[in-house]
Amino acid sequence: MNRRDAYEESLTVPATVPVQVAVGGLLAGVDGRPDLTGHLLRHGELPDQSAAQLLDVVERSGLAGRGGAGFPTGRKMRAVIAAAAGGGRSVRQAGPVVVANGCEGEPASSKDKTLLVLAPHLVLDGITLAARAVGAAQTYLCLHEDDHEAIRAVQYALGERRAAGIDSARVQVTLVPHRYVASEESALVRLLNGGPALPAFTPPRPFERGVGGRATLVNNVETLAHLALIARHGPDWFRSQGAPDAPGTTLVTVTGAVAAPGVYEIPLGITGRDLLDLAGGPTGPVQAVLAGGYFGAWLPAARAMAARITPAGLTQAGAALGAGIFIAFPAGSCGLAETARVARYLAGQSAGQCGPCINGLPSLAAGLEALALRGDRRAPEHLAKIAPYVTGRGACRLPDGATRLIGSALTVFAPDVRAHLAHGPCPGAGHAPLLPIPTTATSGKAR
Amino acid sequence: MILASDVVTSTTPLWYATRATGVIALVLLTGSVVLGILVQVRFATDRWPRLVAIGVHRNLSLLVLAFLTLHILTAELDTFAPVGWFAVLVPFLSAYRSLWLGLGTVAFDLLLAITVTSLLRTRVGHRWWRLVHWASYACWPLAVVHGLGTGSDTTQPVILGITAVCVASVVVAGVWRLNSGWPEQAGVRVAAGAFGALVLIAGVAWTMAGPLRPGWAARAGTPVSPVVQSSATAGATALSTTGSASALGSLPLNTAITGTSTSSTSARDQVAVTIDGSSVSGTLAASTGSSQ
Amino acid sequence: MMSKPGTTPHLRINPLACHAHGVCIEALPEMIGSDPWGYPVLWENPVPGHLLAHARRAVASCPTLALQLVDSDTNPRQ
Repeated sequence: MNRRDAYEESLTVPATVPVQVAVGGLLAGVDGRPDLTGHLLRHGELPDQSAAQLLDVVERSGLAGRGGAGFPTGRKMRAVIAAAAGGGRSVRQAGPVVVANGCEGEPASSKDKTLLVLAPHLVLDGITLAARAVGAAQTYLCLHEDDHEAIRAVQYALGERRAAGIDSARVQVTLVPHRYVASEESALVRLLNGGPALPAFTPPRPFERGVGGRATLVNNVETLAHLALIARHGPDWFRSQGAPDAPGTTLVTVTGAVAAPGVYEIPLGITGRDLLDLAGGPTGPVQAVLAGGYFGAWLPAARAMAARITPAGLTQAGAALGAGIFIAFPAGSCGLAETARVARYLAGQSAGQCGPCINGLPSLAAGLEALALRGDRRAPEHLAKIAPYVTGRGACRLPDGATRLIGSALTVFAPDVRAHLAHGPCPGAGHAPLLPIPTTATSGKAR
Repeated sequence: MILASDVVTSTTPLWYATRATGVIALVLLTGSVVLGILVQVRFATDRWPRLVAIGVHRNLSLLVLAFLTLHILTAELDTFAPVGWFAVLVPFLSAYRSLWLGLGTVAFDLLLAITVTSLLRTRVGHRWWRLVHWASYACWPLAVVHGLGTGSDTTQPVILGITAVCVASVVVAGVWRLNSGWPEQAGVRVAAGAFGALVLIAGVAWTMAGPLRPGWAARAGTPVSPVVQSSATAGATALSTTGSASALGSLPLNTAITGTSTSSTSARDQVAVTIDGSSVSGTLAASTGSSQ
Repeated sequence: MMSKPGTTPHLRINPLACHAHGVCIEALPEMIGSDPWGYPVLWENPVPGHLLAHARRAVASCPTLALQLVDSDTNPRQ
């Protein structure tokens, strides 16, 4: 038994949570009408709790951000309120700002777009409630400029709400260039302030000083949709699903070698195996799973199957929950070649602002390509030498994510590395690409 | 009787000091500009690491200010050329060669702004500091033109030579600056280079047609009063008269004269003052005096 | 740039402003090294007492003011 198998055998598999799509979850009943009438039928009126009540409910529910960072939402709201109160007079008078992030930068993720198209009113409810909770009079909803379906759905929903006289807060839809880094918190704030949609140097973080210098709450649209349901059904209802350390349901995008790829709503805490079975089961032997998208990491199949789908569980396994992306990677494909393609894509998506990223990412991509496509003997040493200089030195986490992804590929596909070095590229390296890379992606740098 | 005044320029130490400190300030300013460009193009050797280039650039600039202070002070204190205290900061106010001296005032104002923002760089912030620092590309040529236009010894080979070397150094450094980073922002670089070339050509042409031609002092706006003034001070030298010297007496002369006085510029940049009149106590014949 | 009492001074590099002039690497080699592309790497933090004056000089001499001296470690990853 080689070392890798022994390691996997040593993992203990915790008790699983029964798999079921929660009743009254985000996607419950969405085969019905996505319009306002259907929304009201399914979920009822917008609750009229006060700001203090909303804050209490959010905190007790344990809701955490669904955009990738997983920060506790209640705590974030409190921080925004505190920052708004502590600012200068003009800042205090203007009040905080709420920004709903509907820009899905990860190419392999479709959950936000799906949510916006199927349940836009939940998202808009969430924006209104979040604004009420932090005392914001100004709200924005950011969407990728080429996400026409979502834009249409949102505009239609906004029209319905205006006609029905529902919203107290004006939601301003803002279109964002479709780049990997454009949906980062500080990039959105910069765009809303009239600058380019590129990450800014933090601190100060948006919650302290964001749009117009005011305290800004940036939340993923899915987080806000959950807020809309928590306000209606209460924190205990939310906690009744999911895991004690990661309550509630979450939307995930499952693709790759599964029979029914798509967006699923799952209770947190199920295992990777449960997840793949939910998506119709693997279509063949799976050698690895990419968990967390291009900001996540590769997991060996056995470890992925055993892992609990929670932020802590996936981090412990060596990856991340991120934006809930799972790609089942079939045996016979070349993980090194696929990762090299992704690395090259990420290098092209650099905002072009920070030297270590501008120089480091292409260098890493070139090294991985040399290894995957030519079996270059110098590649592993080159990658090991460069990687420490790339991670942690930029204004945003793009280089960190890329480095982690590449590192995990070299670890998980270590037998492939040895084979490539010894015998050259494997047949899998020439297969049709599996991991999605947008062909029409705008270059990372500002126009 | 011929009244002649062989008055030359003031020979006070102040006047020499003004000219000397001016030339030194220009040389130091040239050094500072060249070093500043070397810093920008990231020039570095073992003997000149970046830190040293930056440090010397800063120190040279402060030295420029020191010599400029002396230059301005001596010019003010020397009563030969009426400059006036406001003219130190407000351009074109002085009666003495107001345009050309005024350019020096503008250069000084720019240098003050550049220095203050540089000393307070961490407080001013990088953007504003950089914006004001661009003014150094205007400050230096203004200083050169001021020197050529205001300086009374532009035609002296030493001074002309020093100025030429300064200009050549900055031209070379300027070309280096434009070339470094090429072809990024090519349009801006080409435009800047063309503009700089124009300024250089215009400057050389002006120098040859202006300060280097005789009669520049008058054309530059040297007022007549220095001549009259210096004749009343100890600077006046031999006064040659013809005619009945006894009627004239000795210098200083204090008499009422009725008649006409005309001034004209002779070939060697000498102002000739002709007084044709009579004094109350006698008759004076037309005479010629000269001063430079 | 005076540190508040009770805080430890830390160096921080603004990666957006840093254009790899490399002056800080010359000015404070005890704490700042160079990466393969000429950009500064903070090997050590916080600033020990005997290097504080050098650190301040390094901060003042950065052509783009990318190097900053802050009171506490607001950016643990650097």
